[in-house]
Amino acid sequence: MHPLQKRILPTVQKPARYVGGEYGQIVKDKAQIKVRMALCFPDTYEIGMSNLGLHILYGCINQMPHVWCERAFAPWGDMEGEMRKHGISLYGLESGDPLGEFDLIGFSLGYEMAYTNVLNMLELAGLPVRAEERTGLGPIVLAGGSACYNPEPLADFIDLFVLGEGEELDREVIDLYAAAKESGWDKQTFLRRAAGIEGVYVPSLYQVEYHPDGRLLAMEPAKGAPERVRKRVIADLDSADYPVHTIVPSTEIVHDRVVLEVFRGCIRGCRFCQAGYIYRPVRAKSRDKLVEQGTQALLASGYQEITLSSLSTSDYRQLGQLCDGLLSFCAPRHISLSLPSLRADNFSMELMQKVQAVRKTGLTFAPEAGTQRLRDVINKNVTEEEILNTCRIAFEGGWNGIKLYFMLGLPTETDEDVLGIAALSGKVLAAWKKHAANKSRGVRITVSTSCFVPKPHTPFQWEAQVSGEEYMRRVRLLREAMPARAITYNWHDPDTSLIEAALSRGDRRLGAVLEAVWRDGGRLDAWSEYFSMARWRNAFSACGIDPDFYAGRQRAEEELLPWDRIDTGVRRAFLWNERARAYRAELSPDCRVQCTGCGANQFSLKGVCDA
Amino acid sequence: MHKHRMRFSKEGTAIYISHLDLMRLMQRAFLRAGLPLQHTEGFNPHARISVALPLSVGMESVCEFLDFTLLDEAQLADTPRRLNGVLPMGVRVLRAYEAVRKTKEIAALRIKGVLEYDRGADPGLAEALAAFFGAGQIVIEKKTKKGIQEADIRPGIQKLELARRGGNEVELQAEISAQNPGLNPMLLIQALKETAPHLAPDFACFRRLEALDAAGQTFV
Repeated sequence: MHPLQKRILPTVQKPARYVGGEYGQIVKDKAQIKVRMALCFPDTYEIGMSNLGLHILYGCINQMPHVWCERAFAPWGDMEGEMRKHGISLYGLESGDPLGEFDLIGFSLGYEMAYTNVLNMLELAGLPVRAEERTGLGPIVLAGGSACYNPEPLADFIDLFVLGEGEELDREVIDLYAAAKESGWDKQTFLRRAAGIEGVYVPSLYQVEYHPDGRLLAMEPAKGAPERVRKRVIADLDSADYPVHTIVPSTEIVHDRVVLEVFRGCIRGCRFCQAGYIYRPVRAKSRDKLVEQGTQALLASGYQEITLSSLSTSDYRQLGQLCDGLLSFCAPRHISLSLPSLRADNFSMELMQKVQAVRKTGLTFAPEAGTQRLRDVINKNVTEEEILNTCRIAFEGGWNGIKLYFMLGLPTETDEDVLGIAALSGKVLAAWKKHAANKSRGVRITVSTSCFVPKPHTPFQWEAQVSGEEYMRRVRLLREAMPARAITYNWHDPDTSLIEAALSRGDRRLGAVLEAVWRDGGRLDAWSEYFSMARWRNAFSACGIDPDFYAGRQRAEEELLPWDRIDTGVRRAFLWNERARAYRAELSPDCRVQCTGCGANQFSLKGVCDA
Repeated sequence: MHKHRMRFSKEGTAIYISHLDLMRLMQRAFLRAGLPLQHTEGFNPHARISVALPLSVGMESVCEFLDFTLLDEAQLADTPRRLNGVLPMGVRVLRAYEAVRKTKEIAALRIKGVLEYDRGADPGLAEALAAFFGAGQIVIEKKTKKGIQEADIRPGIQKLELARRGGNEVELQAEISAQNPGLNPMLLIQALKETAPHLAPDFACFRRLEALDAAGQTFV
């Protein structure tokens, strides 16, 4: 620990997040270590420590005897101010050593609004933010995570991207780095060799050219760099490393519980959902393995709560038996089991009643769109009848609060679809009036809308986002149509969504914008108290770049997209066909009903997904 | 009401763990150690534990007390060893035993403080500080719901000694009132800042050394 820290820490908010020392952290003898890595999460400790991927990779990497992997998070503004004032570098929580002394600095990127934090953390580590200015072999800055499926906006800053699931891939990159260090390779040699590892994208090895109108013309790979970089997946999750002994934070974090991942991927194919495509194919863990891992994780952590995690937990085939298995351990020990992201169907509700017999605080559903037509456009296979039926069961069962999430600005949306949200909300209220077990406590129906952000690798990757003005017009339309005061309507402001849309489908010219925003004080942009639309607009105009070129422009089918070098396994032609079906409001079956031939089955053990 | 008590220390990085977080951390540590505790009744049962005299964030202590009730009393002797295997850095159980006395019998705390002066500690500084704290009353401003009120912290100081230590530190040893009302040692520094800024240190940290009963005997 820096000697000045004892003076600073008592003056900042929640100092426990800056000192490490938690139960379960891994400390190694530096003398025995060949490669030191910092796993960096570009958001606060409370957010980062809630991320399951971080715990998995921390465990996997630290299994390597000659590697020590530590953690670093973005400091909150007060701590950053003190660190800068006193010249304290960003440090690894385990050792307290400055990040500049590490060999590898790896960022986990799940959200575009965290990009400015990457630059800020690099500078706080005392490193040049631009990759080309870091000329030596160490530290190498790498990044992975769902936001990296379009790596281009960060191409100026990150030396190499690791695409897909990191359990095996990260260790291969670290092994190569160990060899590089031992053999004294220069940075270029290391990067060229790393590009030979499946799943590694080295942006400096691709030469980008543009049309005069700004569209991409070419991204030429240098000799030895792959034409396309295919993501990595773990085919068999039961045999994959899953650390049951994880760090138990000493201070409260956002998800302060055991998170048990039941499967990866999703069978549903909602057309707006990036996670539904990039994590294909569906791979489930066996029920026995999950009960074993969940039980061990509870014993090892002392947590009093466990939650099941996946993109759509009610699609787990043996969900009932899994819950029974976990409950037989949990119930006698007063441990609660929670089930987020359930679908609005009968089975899920019965399960909810079973596992959450005690607290009936609130239920959340995401119909996403207000009319059946638009729900068919986005392939959200849920009917109004199912939604209302679920609400009826919930109200009869004693729940008196329901949250409903929708998006505005989905492709083909009309005012009729917007008004459909109000109509559906009114029917939910009517269901409460008719079926509530206890009306004396009243009802809380909360409707939230956000502005749709088209994402790479989805059927809507070619779509224009609606403008902020148009989004707000639809918000006003909906607000005035809301049938009763018992329904609370919240809307997210469209500014963040516009920036998110520009960054998520941006090319490497946005590196200049990111740097300009950050130099102007931009950081922690996912937090409303830090986000400044004016700062982003200024940066875009200073760089001569129109954010609408990325966010609000309809692309043609053949346009070269910045993420076309990245191969998720899902074919581009499949996505375009799904887009066509969307415009015809045609549903596509889920993977269990019928394979739609997206291409991701190449990753499955027997060529069949969810077997 | 609780059958068992442990004395533990909170030092190093653990001094930044808040009281609320410490309670949660201890409940989890008992579970990790396989030491089931008596639970509260009701809809949301949780392990019932209590920590006497919550310690401010940033302060060290080697005399914290946590009361609990083991379901299996035979495990009491082994409790320190088992908990120490599963606690975060800086939290350490010193001993565990049957709780006989009530923690409200703790009358005073023996504390040690280190006052750091970046400009250097003058030879007469310790004497000047002693004179300040030895005065008839020490008034500080306290923020309350009704606005800023004045309070005299002098009655909370029972003994106080100062000694210069090295070139820029003054060590403070004191016995201060533990409860009803207790004196937060940081108020000593606040008093200096408000009334005698030339004596105020650039930084001060405190450590609880011992809990004492009304007769001045070590509390267990």
